[in-house]
Amino acid sequence: MQNAAAGPKGIGPEGASPGSEVDQGRRRFLTLATSGVGAVGAGFVVWPFLASLKPSERAKALGAPVKADIAGLEDGQMLTLAWRGKPVWIIKRTPAMIESLTKVKAEVADPESSVQQQPEYAKNETRSIKPGIMVMVGSCTHLGCSPTFRPDYPAPEIAPNWQGGFYCPCHGSKFDLAGRVYKGVPAPINLLVPPYRFDGDTNIVIGEDQVAA
Amino acid sequence: MAIVPNPYKTTGVLGWIDDRFPLTKLYRDHLSQYYAPKNFNFWYYFGSLALLVLVNQLISGILLAMHYKPSAAEAFGSVEYIMRDVPWGNIIRYMHSTGASAFFIVVYLHMYRGLIYGSYKKPRELIWVFGCLIFLVLMAEAFCGYVLPWGQMSYWGAQVIISLFGTIPFIGPDIVTWVQGDYIPADATLNRLFSLHVVALPFVLVGLVVAHLIALHEVGSNNPDGVDIKKFKDPETHIPLDGIGFHPYYTVKDLVGVSVFLIIFVGVICFAPDGGGYLLEKPNFQEANPLVTPPHITPAWYFGAFYAMLRATPSMFSSALPGVIVMFGAVLILFTLPWLDRNPVKSIRYKGNLTKALTLLFAIDFVMLNYLGMQPPSELYTLLSRIGSVYYFGFFVSLLFIHNFETAKPVPERVTE
Amino acid sequence: MKRVLLAIAGLMMSGAALASSEALPYSYQADTSNPASLQRGARNFMAYCSGCHSMKYLRYNRIGNDLGIPEDLLKSSLMFTSSKLGDTVNSAMPAEPSKAWFGQTPPDLTLETRARGADWVYSYLRTFYIDTTRPLGVNNIVLPGASMPHVLWELQGWQVKEEAHGDAAAHGGEGEHHGAPLKLIQAGTLSPDEYEKFVGDIVNFMSYAAEPGKSLRMGIGPKAIMYLLLLLVLCYFLKKEFWRDVH
Repeated sequence: MQNAAAGPKGIGPEGASPGSEVDQGRRRFLTLATSGVGAVGAGFVVWPFLASLKPSERAKALGAPVKADIAGLEDGQMLTLAWRGKPVWIIKRTPAMIESLTKVKAEVADPESSVQQQPEYAKNETRSIKPGIMVMVGSCTHLGCSPTFRPDYPAPEIAPNWQGGFYCPCHGSKFDLAGRVYKGVPAPINLLVPPYRFDGDTNIVIGEDQVAA
Repeated sequence: MAIVPNPYKTTGVLGWIDDRFPLTKLYRDHLSQYYAPKNFNFWYYFGSLALLVLVNQLISGILLAMHYKPSAAEAFGSVEYIMRDVPWGNIIRYMHSTGASAFFIVVYLHMYRGLIYGSYKKPRELIWVFGCLIFLVLMAEAFCGYVLPWGQMSYWGAQVIISLFGTIPFIGPDIVTWVQGDYIPADATLNRLFSLHVVALPFVLVGLVVAHLIALHEVGSNNPDGVDIKKFKDPETHIPLDGIGFHPYYTVKDLVGVSVFLIIFVGVICFAPDGGGYLLEKPNFQEANPLVTPPHITPAWYFGAFYAMLRATPSMFSSALPGVIVMFGAVLILFTLPWLDRNPVKSIRYKGNLTKALTLLFAIDFVMLNYLGMQPPSELYTLLSRIGSVYYFGFFVSLLFIHNFETAKPVPERVTE
Repeated sequence: MKRVLLAIAGLMMSGAALASSEALPYSYQADTSNPASLQRGARNFMAYCSGCHSMKYLRYNRIGNDLGIPEDLLKSSLMFTSSKLGDTVNSAMPAEPSKAWFGQTPPDLTLETRARGADWVYSYLRTFYIDTTRPLGVNNIVLPGASMPHVLWELQGWQVKEEAHGDAAAHGGEGEHHGAPLKLIQAGTLSPDEYEKFVGDIVNFMSYAAEPGKSLRMGIGPKAIMYLLLLLVLCYFLKKEFWRDVH
């Protein structure tokens, strides 16, 4: 009976020691072991809960690679299609447009595309597999608005040395015809080039990497 | 403005909080210095298990609601979407569907515990009444949830249960269309049941659980001997001599119960989530079809007893109302138990043999009614259901006087080991 | 008390009788853990069933992943109605005209084995027989008046109902699957044994399709229970240790 009364006194924040016959080391070990094993179990329970919030198989199916036929695309024209719900632009660049990229080199923030915003096979002067065909995600790297295609130049209201490119209506970010961001605008990095590959000469598959030749 | 220092002399972050919020006070009042009788037995696991299942239902339910679509056109497909396309979705869904049945099992055992040890008797009447309210809300919650997958059983279950309101004289049919928001259970019905299931009823349920626990901790826990442990206190500390701190003694003990429960629960989820057609009924894998009723329409197993009583009651004056009254009466009579039981002895341990036998028979009767409610009607079953229903109510009435016909055993002063 | 006990005993016996009255001619335990059988079943389903029946909740790439079928094989041998791997299995048949052809739109079969049971589907596919009173000339033992033609007749051949065995079916109770009162009068391209296996493969595949997540739960079950047993042992000793204060 005395033991029964001794128990309650021994617990709580006061930390008064229970009866002397108690093996504190064993008690601490068992408490820690149980807590540890319990915490591991809790982790294994939390994992499926959090994983259930990832894109579902349906979302993945809807975000599957998209095939675009560019046979009818005219020089200097842009085609917009949706991949994973985002706009993807395909621009058929004219030789003049390709040349414009070197003209604005001094004004863009990352002319060499050193930030990983493109697959390895598109890390070059024109940020593309074929210089004449530019593919990129039309979503501003600032806060996700979709920039406007402005191939017309000169356009002093955008920039003094405007050679054609993209202008974001939300916060005024500017990009050249390879999606490279201008210096001194809100957007920090170049537009994203998605994984893509050519399927024959006139078909592009967006969302699938080019197989190394 | 000066702060009144907290009386616990805590310091640091805890002290800062305690000066502003009764954290240490709550911890002591409800855990470390909530003194529970030291003689709790097997039956006392089910309270904490009910709480565990409630948490399971809330968490799995929140995640399911993120993927489910409450519309007649999409509900069925969205459940299959959860089962197939959502990562781990099938496990989360089975946790919720199995949890619903587990909830009723632990709650039925928890209630029976209260019945055999007289845990509803003075001064614990309100604990019991809050508990009955929890049970009532749980039934409503389970019914609403059962409709959501919008399979054949969901649909026809909704049809039958909502039609119960139609038995109310004069205004019944109007109430049915009002409840449904349509002429049959339809999109509007599903949508409102979803709202009740995920917002209104859980909110009420959690509130009632808090009230149940506050009332419990105000008067203290009963025990298998039914004796008051507050009679004998340590003269210095004023701690009941037969009381032990809920934490750590009952927290570690409940962990053992939780582990055993989880082994069974996980076993069902992983190896038999259908429960042989009792936890997930076969017809519910067919989408709701208002034109075809499945051949065997049965309620979820946990409503079996109440459904059996509904069916057992013959219609009177060309109205099905008596059956509905009997069914709801079977739930409502539970509320009156603290006042029906006139036996001066609390625990079944010291009651006479007659009461012991009747109480055991009540458990058998309830299980039998539950079974009968799930079977297709037949003459024998209807007869048995009638006998069972009469006994169900008769048992409660017998508590008024039965102790006069038996001799009780002497009740000890202190709890026994 | 005695009366009640007798009543309960009667109740249990009648319950057993009731269960057996629903017995099907054949019993079948679906095996969803045999990839070879599932692959054959998938091929058979796509070849013979998916012309009319969809599996609108099952995706091709899921079949490929779960059954270990490589993409190119999936595309060439299973995907007749779609070219996208993420698509669900649709039937080639338009819904509206099919209603006119068969009297009802062929039902979606994703959940058929969960809704009716593997036994039922297995028995159904084996018990078509010639019945000239029906519009399509065939009837079925487990689904009398079925509006589906006997799609697999070339494989199974033709059966007729044997009236002599008619009673056997009626009092074949005691929960036993007694076989169907049918006799093969014209052999098909498969022997009866081969046909049984053929149907078994289809039912295995359909059982997989009804719950593709089954392997996940069956897989984590033993691990989770092993873990919980460890936790139980620890909790038991922890409880014993603390309760030494009390006893």
